[in-house]
Amino acid sequence: MLRTEEMILNVGPQHPSTHGVFRLVIKIDGEIIKEAKPVIGYLHRGTEKLAENLQYTQIIPYTDRMDYLSAMTTNYVLCHAVETMMDLKIPDRAEYLRVIAMELGRIASHLVWWGTYLLDIGAVSPFLYAFREREMIINMLNELSGARLTFNYMRVGGVKWDAPEGWIEKVKAFIPYMREQLEGYHNLATGNEIFMSRIKGVGKYTKEEAISYSLSGPNLRCTGVKWDLRKDEPYSIYDRFKFDVPVRESGDAWARYHVRLEEIEESLKILEQAVEQFPAEGEIMAKVPKIIKAPKGEAFVRIESPRGEVGCYIASDGKKEPYRLKFRRPSFYNLQILPKLLEGQNIANLIAILGAIDIVLGEVDG
Amino acid sequence: MIQDLLNSSPGWANFGIFFLLGTVLLLVVLGFVTYGILAERKVMGYMQLRHGPNQVGGKWGLLQTVADVLKLLLKEDVIPKMADRPLFILAPVIAFAPAFMVLATIPFTDKFQFADIGVGLLYYIAVSGITTIGVVTGGWASNNKYALLGGMRAAAQMISYEIPLVRSVLGIILLTGSLNLNDIVHAQRHGWFILWQPIAFIVFFIASIAELNRTPFDLPEAESEIVAGYHVEYSGFRWAFFMLAEYVYLFAMAALITTLFLGGWMSPLAALNFIPGAVWFALKFSVVIFVYIWIRVALPRMRADHLMEFGWKVLLPVALANIFLTALIKSIFHIF
Repeated sequence: MLRTEEMILNVGPQHPSTHGVFRLVIKIDGEIIKEAKPVIGYLHRGTEKLAENLQYTQIIPYTDRMDYLSAMTTNYVLCHAVETMMDLKIPDRAEYLRVIAMELGRIASHLVWWGTYLLDIGAVSPFLYAFREREMIINMLNELSGARLTFNYMRVGGVKWDAPEGWIEKVKAFIPYMREQLEGYHNLATGNEIFMSRIKGVGKYTKEEAISYSLSGPNLRCTGVKWDLRKDEPYSIYDRFKFDVPVRESGDAWARYHVRLEEIEESLKILEQAVEQFPAEGEIMAKVPKIIKAPKGEAFVRIESPRGEVGCYIASDGKKEPYRLKFRRPSFYNLQILPKLLEGQNIANLIAILGAIDIVLGEVDG
Repeated sequence: MIQDLLNSSPGWANFGIFFLLGTVLLLVVLGFVTYGILAERKVMGYMQLRHGPNQVGGKWGLLQTVADVLKLLLKEDVIPKMADRPLFILAPVIAFAPAFMVLATIPFTDKFQFADIGVGLLYYIAVSGITTIGVVTGGWASNNKYALLGGMRAAAQMISYEIPLVRSVLGIILLTGSLNLNDIVHAQRHGWFILWQPIAFIVFFIASIAELNRTPFDLPEAESEIVAGYHVEYSGFRWAFFMLAEYVYLFAMAALITTLFLGGWMSPLAALNFIPGAVWFALKFSVVIFVYIWIRVALPRMRADHLMEFGWKVLLPVALANIFLTALIKSIFHIF
């Protein structure tokens, strides 16, 4: 007598396509997923708890290690929160440097996503092309901050280092180059019949579902919700730039793919204007006391990271360490919809859906 | 020469000659696999902004594969505790042996062919099907879930694509009236079958990629989905056997395509007849290999259900239509 049974399969924590130490326990019938249960926490370092014993400047390196693919944005959100509490006025030059660094980081992050997503889908070459461009960005940020990945660049009140000589010109030269390469990406991958058939209609959800699951970033905009904090709640100097918020209606992986690639274009537009308006002279640090003490009270700020809304909540009792620090980490929230999306899909789609969410495990686990 | 030997009375001398010839073929194939892998890595490297191997054996990395194979042979022989031991050991052999057996019928030149049998094409297709059993066995015997999934994928894929593969060459068989590979080459005197049978060529080429488990049909070993598929538990020389089987099939399939569609060892123009057949064969063969590598670099992987759909709903009807069309044209215009 033939007997069939469901099989429990551990995808991860060591799996090439979980992008880190993410584990997914799936119950499969053949290749069809009946139930999926994400298990996270393998990379939990307790950043928020550690921060309670650290001075504000000392917390910045920890934020580097949260969203390690675009550390500049998490750097910024912490500084931004403290600055909001202290009501600091940031010099223009510092703001421009921050925006340029963050937008470069956004491009680098989306490039990593694009490369690794295609790698998940089975195409090896795009990964190397994407990393060629990312390497240029990393080198530029390295010149700026002295680190390739964990920049530790921003400070409460400004930035640590001024742009070295000729750096702005490098960024300027990178913009047309990147535009050209982006066209190549579309030629190489976007129009590919196999690729389209792999991700069109995969991992679909509606606008209402996206909002009720608190999704943000491209994961939200792929359903047609035009919500980008850079536009809707402008922080820093984003109100000075003209750019669009790419939106797609279909809510599937294909939409997310397009939103991300178009965001690279929009970031290039912002960069173009930022290097144009970049003040030739000026301070890079506001006048801040030697030891930074946030006044008693609390503050919550949120900004748009490549993965969505990253928020920072600080409760201070007036000391040099925060009383409580909390990060709203978009990868963590975006991941919550995964079990729902995976039900009834096959293993190939699992990879396509998980990849399209674009998680960074450092951020998921905090 | 071989025909004479086959007809003469058996003896140690004959055995010795056959053994020697077999060894020569083995060395040719191993030589190809060694440098085929190197070529693949080099070509992929240049297409992917890398250099490929450039350390072991001079700046071309000429000894890289040799070193890799040596390393694999010296590795500890690991058999998982819960694996089905006899099957686990047997599987790589079942996978590899047919890969080598099929080479006997390929006519590399008009003289250099090991077995000029009447049903050469049928033999090739029949024997190559055995490898699937090795792959499925390996996947099952490993007692690993990923390996099992890979093995099942392999079985489904091979069966689905074997059929359009065979159907597509029926057109050629109709035109030549023979299953003998030598006859098929000779029938291409007035034009390669890639020109007479373009549809068959396309179907055959696509199905052959699926048969070879290469991108975009590399589902049985999709490393980003099921890690390494059926050979996830294999290491050392057993794993090397699976890899060897894969590359020997690449060799065999490219040789078969050269024979069936690209006129085998014959020169494309009568004026170029002074160039030996082996050179022509090698040239055409290399072009086919290059296209295989090119496709691997350029394309993403298909999904299992799309793969099945494509095999049964597209390739098979097209192949059948091609047979019909060929028969029609043949009986109306009386060519061949």
